[in-house]
Amino acid sequence: MASPDEPRATAGIPAGRRESAARLPGREKDFMITVRGLARRFTVRGQSVEAVKGIDFDVAPGEVVGFLGPNGAGKTTTLRMLTTLLRPTGGTGTVAGCDLLTDPQGVRRRIGCVHQGGATWPESRVAEEIELQARLYGLSRSEARRRGALLAERLDLAGLDQRPVKTLSGGQRRRLDIALGLVHEPTLVFLDEPTTGLDPQSRANLWDHVRRLRSEQATTVFLTTHYLDEADALCDRILVTDHGTIVAEGTPDALKARVAGDAITIEVTDQVAEAADVAGRLTGATEVSVDGDTVRFRVPRGDAALPELLRTLDGRGITMASVKVNRPTLDDVFLSLTGRSLRDGDPAPRTTEAAHAA
Amino acid sequence: MLRDTRLIFVRDMKLALRSPTWLLIGIMQPLLYLFLFGPLMVSVVDHTPGFPPGGAWEVLTPALIVQTALFSGSFAGVALLTEYRVGVVDRFRGTPASRAALLFGKVLAQAVQATAQSVLIVLVTLLVFDLDASLTGLLLSLAIAAVLAIALSSASYALAMVLKSEAAFPALMNAVLLPLLLLSGVLLPVSEQLAPGWLYNLARINPLTHVVDAERAAFRGDMSATGLLTGSLVLLVMAVLALMWGTRTFRKENA
Repeated sequence: MASPDEPRATAGIPAGRRESAARLPGREKDFMITVRGLARRFTVRGQSVEAVKGIDFDVAPGEVVGFLGPNGAGKTTTLRMLTTLLRPTGGTGTVAGCDLLTDPQGVRRRIGCVHQGGATWPESRVAEEIELQARLYGLSRSEARRRGALLAERLDLAGLDQRPVKTLSGGQRRRLDIALGLVHEPTLVFLDEPTTGLDPQSRANLWDHVRRLRSEQATTVFLTTHYLDEADALCDRILVTDHGTIVAEGTPDALKARVAGDAITIEVTDQVAEAADVAGRLTGATEVSVDGDTVRFRVPRGDAALPELLRTLDGRGITMASVKVNRPTLDDVFLSLTGRSLRDGDPAPRTTEAAHAA
Repeated sequence: MLRDTRLIFVRDMKLALRSPTWLLIGIMQPLLYLFLFGPLMVSVVDHTPGFPPGGAWEVLTPALIVQTALFSGSFAGVALLTEYRVGVVDRFRGTPASRAALLFGKVLAQAVQATAQSVLIVLVTLLVFDLDASLTGLLLSLAIAAVLAIALSSASYALAMVLKSEAAFPALMNAVLLPLLLLSGVLLPVSEQLAPGWLYNLARINPLTHVVDAERAAFRGDMSATGLLTGSLVLLVMAVLALMWGTRTFRKENA
């Protein structure tokens, strides 16, 4: 199944030996997730749609990796394949040391998943849901209850045990979803759009919980999001995805540095043209533009360019009213990578994302 | 797998008992038939040739039990589709629990609920009307109702997972169930004396007809009736096929 000439496979597990490697205890530690050529094709009304077009990536133990892309990019489809709910139509993968195609049961035993939009039954009670989930992973009743109480405490759900799920707030329900995904203490957790639909406060609170997962339990987290700030705030590394492929990969800072550079905006009281000239002479300055009394340009590092800029302007007797340095956002990154903004990315047909067409 | 089956069974039973209203609404229809239609049957059964042996209540009550099991079993898939929509099905499928157990637990809960409804129907008939029945016969008729619920709910769950549409599923169910019911002789037996030849032959092809025949025979305690044996065999085959279909659908990699 794996082609022997994959260049990146040599870094981790030899491509041809992946199946046997899955059973070697030593190898499991190399990567939490290894995916080569993973693809999924759907047939929607007689038309073949490639939701995921053969992606490759690795996730190391303890990493928090974000899968960032607009709606319809194939994020949920990828996640459903990695969590064994959807069989890939192409490629191979090892998740938590088990082969995705030959040992899905082993994968299920080792991972935790929190699906998009939640997975709780409105009439069930909080403690019931947690206990049943734990017992479906093979835990005894007493162990299930002990861990349930512990998780409820940790995720600010204490005291809600007997509450029907339908009476919980959006944030509480999402934290319950996360508790359900963690109840068997998996080493790898998948979070699909963990904060979509939450108010800013619940979002910030949930981010804290995700951060603590890593810092306190060394859990590997793979999350999808279409929020740039979320990927920026939580992830060690980001895979930027669009139209079923990975278009870029790196740390949030590296992605930002690679693409845009910092934006500097200065406002002067007079001599705008001269100020623009000064700006253009700075090392690495690009995209110089003048608008009224305002000069805008980009430099690779704004903090380093600022002293020289101020000195030169001063030396030429140009009076500055204000100066502003903006670090590039992931939005800039996405725009320059894909040619469109993440926020108003065109919504692709839902079928490609929802994976219900299978 | 037994353990997982029990876990799912207990969950579904707990949820059903938490809102017993639905169980009661489920037997409203048969009770209405008993009270508003049953009295009409008394003289009809006595004066019309072609009815099975026994009085009106021995003819009507078992048929209503079959009808109730049929309806509650067939519409089990609706609840599954709701669970699918809110993500509960995916969550369970993401656990290492046996996927067949996810089906069996739900099917068993349906069987218990159908049996409970049948017991209520029998109790009302015994208390209010002039029912003449043996205990063995009653127990056997309850068992038939339970197996029927297993067969139908299993098929219903499988069909629901194939269709995956909360709108299409009940519509399809109604379209299938009405002809199935009319052709099974639940209200008026489709017997040789009463029905034209083509209708009688059509009814004989309907497996549910044989189940209704068996249920009536069991109910009146006629253990030697050939209909009882035929119907039981037909029902067992139905249950095995439905469970096979359900297991296959639940075990499928993609859902």
